[in-house]
Amino acid sequence: MKARVLIRPKAGILDPQGVAVEQALPALGFEGVTDVRVGRMVELEVHDESQLEDMCRQLLANPLIEDFEIVGADADGAAS
Amino acid sequence: MRIGVVQFPGSCDERDAVAACQTADGAEAVLLWHRDADINGIDAIVVPGGFSFGDYLRVGAIARFSPVMAAVIAFANNGGPVVGICNGFQVLCEAGLLPGALLANERRRFVCRQTDVAVSSTATPFTGGLAEGNVLSIPSKHQTGRFYAPEVQLEQLEADGQVVFRYANDSNPNGSLNDIAGVCNVARNVVGLMPHPEHAVDVRTGSDDALALFASLAGGVSAGV
Repeated sequence: MKARVLIRPKAGILDPQGVAVEQALPALGFEGVTDVRVGRMVELEVHDESQLEDMCRQLLANPLIEDFEIVGADADGAAS
Repeated sequence: MRIGVVQFPGSCDERDAVAACQTADGAEAVLLWHRDADINGIDAIVVPGGFSFGDYLRVGAIARFSPVMAAVIAFANNGGPVVGICNGFQVLCEAGLLPGALLANERRRFVCRQTDVAVSSTATPFTGGLAEGNVLSIPSKHQTGRFYAPEVQLEQLEADGQVVFRYANDSNPNGSLNDIAGVCNVARNVVGLMPHPEHAVDVRTGSDDALALFASLAGGVSAGV
């Protein structure tokens, strides 16, 4: 199956990239945007989806500083 | 005393680290290629700075699984002295040999300047020859050097005296919690720091304040351990 893993900085940890984006948006006229957090997305094809959680804990995310969320993805790549 | 300096693809400070180790009397330093898991005859290990594996995914995350790291982890768990500098510090945190993690600098900039670094603990193999409170001028050059540990863990590190180096004189370049520049593990044989002592061993390049650190490492001096 195709899977996606969403990785975000843990709540409460300063995210300088999120701050930069949040400060850039008003400059373009987009007002009222708060709490911007920038993370990353890993897309992968796996035979055994039961291994995904271990993959996240051991490599894809650092659980000390990041939260991860495993989401499925269908064949055309849209998250389900 | 034979010191092994680990080299990953993307390391860039390994030769300076070798040269810095060899400033110490009686020290011989050799490079350890990341694929080579044989570290026989090595008395101390330095994991140097750079951008191992391009910093892909997360700093230090990929290097941590190199074959040599299994040997480094076994060496450390056996009490062997290990020092991680900058990217090496990040790798040792990812490997679970050191507490905490390094996050993107608070101000999102790559910093590259001399920093004042105070010795907070002399009870490690790297600082045994110094005095607590000694302030060393050592360059910092990184974009991901903000030390972070969850509050409870941070309090424990402070209580146990595991903070080994602290930025002094308002020179914290990255927003590290409690001005932490370097820490050690509970057993105190593994030390990591963001500033680059291997670039502070010759006054012609700014400072030779770090000579005493490499002399400590090579001398096996470890006050209080």
